[in-house]
Amino acid sequence: MIPELGQFALIIALCLSLVQAFFPLAGAWTGNRTWVRLAWPAVSGQTVFVLLSFGCLVWSFIQNDFSVLYVASNSNSALPFIYRISATWGAHEGSMLLWILILAAWSISVAALSKNLPELFAARVLGVLGLISFGFLLFTLETSNPFARLIPAALDGRDLNPLLQDPGLAIHPPMLYVGYVGFAVAFAFAIAAMLEGKMDTAWARWARPWTTVAWCFLTLGIALGSWWAYYELGWGGWWFWDPVENASFMPWLAGTALIHSLAVTEKRGLFKSWTLLLAITAFSLSLLGTFLVRSGVLVSVHAFATDPERGRFILAFLVTVIGSALGLYAWRAPLLKSEEGFGKVSRETFLLANNILLVIAMLVVLLGTLFPLFMDAIGGGKYSVGPQYFAAVFVIPTLPMVLLMGLGMHSIWRRDNVSRIVKRLRVPMLIAVVLGITLPWMIYGTPSIMTVVAIIAALWVIGSSVFGPVMGLLDKTQKVRITRSQWGMIVAHIGVGIFILGVTVTEAYSVHRDQALRLGDSVDVSGYTVTFESINKKVSGPNYKATQATMAVSRDGKSLMTLYPEKRTYLVQRNPMTEAGIDARLHRDLYLALGDELGDNAWSVRFQYKPLVRFIWLGCIIMALGGLIAVSDKRYRVAVTKTVKDSGQAALAGGKS
Amino acid sequence: MWRFLIPMALFAILVWFFNQGLGLDPRKIPSPLIGKPAPEFSLPVLGEKDRMVAMSDFRGQVVLVNVWGSWCVACREEHQVLLGIAASGAVPIIGLDWKDQDADAENWLRSLGNPYTVTLVDEGRAAINFGVYGAPESFLIDKQGIIIHKHTGPITWEAWQQEILPMVVKAKEAT
Repeated sequence: MIPELGQFALIIALCLSLVQAFFPLAGAWTGNRTWVRLAWPAVSGQTVFVLLSFGCLVWSFIQNDFSVLYVASNSNSALPFIYRISATWGAHEGSMLLWILILAAWSISVAALSKNLPELFAARVLGVLGLISFGFLLFTLETSNPFARLIPAALDGRDLNPLLQDPGLAIHPPMLYVGYVGFAVAFAFAIAAMLEGKMDTAWARWARPWTTVAWCFLTLGIALGSWWAYYELGWGGWWFWDPVENASFMPWLAGTALIHSLAVTEKRGLFKSWTLLLAITAFSLSLLGTFLVRSGVLVSVHAFATDPERGRFILAFLVTVIGSALGLYAWRAPLLKSEEGFGKVSRETFLLANNILLVIAMLVVLLGTLFPLFMDAIGGGKYSVGPQYFAAVFVIPTLPMVLLMGLGMHSIWRRDNVSRIVKRLRVPMLIAVVLGITLPWMIYGTPSIMTVVAIIAALWVIGSSVFGPVMGLLDKTQKVRITRSQWGMIVAHIGVGIFILGVTVTEAYSVHRDQALRLGDSVDVSGYTVTFESINKKVSGPNYKATQATMAVSRDGKSLMTLYPEKRTYLVQRNPMTEAGIDARLHRDLYLALGDELGDNAWSVRFQYKPLVRFIWLGCIIMALGGLIAVSDKRYRVAVTKTVKDSGQAALAGGKS
Repeated sequence: MWRFLIPMALFAILVWFFNQGLGLDPRKIPSPLIGKPAPEFSLPVLGEKDRMVAMSDFRGQVVLVNVWGSWCVACREEHQVLLGIAASGAVPIIGLDWKDQDADAENWLRSLGNPYTVTLVDEGRAAINFGVYGAPESFLIDKQGIIIHKHTGPITWEAWQQEILPMVVKAKEAT
């Protein structure tokens, strides 16, 4: 009964999404105010029914209703309660429903916070969101119904993929989707602006906080996924350049470009058509990710159950959404008036460089991800693109970007000159170079040139970010006021620096060793002595059995801690899983993974010493924090008194942000 | 202003590739073993640990070697198809029970039915020689012991009817 209710609610949501799409857009077109106002109740109604439907699926999981095929395929009566809930989005069908739920949440937030927007504009935004929602609801109901029954019911379920039975992975998809789907809001704002024909600065100001919030969640979602891969996959890597990871990273790169470009469009009325294109691109890449992950066109470790029928549906949807958006763009963008110029060196130039380099970085990832598909499609044979390609090529656009970042932060709008900025920043520059060369030498040992360059870049970014506030503190005569937006930028950029520091030091100075150990044996890794004390083959969890090793770690004869790496076998799906024993400190991780039994009480064990690996995720968290600080700037909440410069904006200038 | 159509054009090219890609299987890798003699093995029979069966015992007949395991979810899907193939009597199926517990495998065959002419227990060595990197995988071997076809992933009824069966018929006719 409950599953049928869920499916029925989903069908009603589909109808309401059509209402939400059709009436506001058609009403705005024809000037029918009654139709326009239907947007708000339609959004509320859709959200209620999507929530109800999602609740029904969660309920089926909690109740262990194995007469529902999706529950039977992804849960088990022995599965712990919390994973029964997260199993709801543990596979294709449920994750689509989660996607729809999150889109509904974004839509209703836009509806609730749109009181200060011109009514027609807000209605168009909601209409576009309704169209997207309609597409996904139709897709889910047509090809991926999570409520399909299994008759006769299974006695027990096939269990959730053991890889997903982990707190990190329970919250990773929701975070990631909030980010992914959030770009739909920026997309909808861009489309609404183009439909309206008013594509100047107002839409950019309205879209900014939404885009930034989406970006924060995407940043956290990607970081969570990376953190999970690190401790769960058992060999200590934190990024694999897997197609599915890339699918989340490409929208991030485009979204990062977008939040910078929106700033220029809002403040200076420049890059207008470029910003529109980026808004379309960021969301298109989110959709593309969905297609790549679920259609089976690429080989990935994250394979969802793939199905060509689903692939065709999503492709048709992609063509409709992205194709019509780009068509609208090709029609509207030429109408934009010629833009005011800017000096060869100015804040605009730096932001332009940032945008170009980010887009190049995105294209590098796109090319590497799709290369196997391209070659296969033209009959060029089977290829796989490894991390070597990405690692080598990705730094080409990103290193100059990081070096320019510090200069860009301290440049001024319209006209500036390099010598002024360099003169101002010579102190952090000098500190970065001196510390970048000496520190790795003193702490970790001889670095390669690339390592030194990267560390200098990281310190330079951090130094130039904190330089402003530090000068403000020292300088008592001048009143330097730093706005929340600026604080946001400063914090986010410090996050970038910390991230780069983490990546560089981890990659350059990690030590790993695979060794066969007998009980009682010790091994020395980077000054730590690890002793294999005992092994317990009879550990049992709620739905798994495990072999657990006890390893004592000491340094200079002083006992530090004991780690318990495990090898688990989940009872239903029977695949072995590694639970690494990790001692995490800010400055380094000790990582122990238990391998196979080699006989004669000997086990293969992998040890890793990973300096600063925590900085990778810490950097991401700080970046996201910076985004949130920027959004909290009160100028997004109070009425904008400053009149918008462009006369074409007159109609919208009364609007508040 | 033609330059505003560039994004559209790039997107159209991408769509063309995606559409091509949907018809292709990225996992389908031509096996280097096709046309080569099947790797020799001598393995114990499931349930009769003392009896050993070797690849060369099948010389003179066309056989389908199916690599499976009771731990393998996709094998469960494939099992029904294998039962159908076995019932049709078109080709004997040799099961290679890969990295499995004997009791689990026996239990599986008891409860789901046994399509295999003989099931051999492989701890991993034979499968490595066959270049197996995931279960299920199947190899069609002709009368001379040459691998003539490799199927990766579960055999579907369509794949059996359209791809494998015609090859079986042809191989049986050849002397």
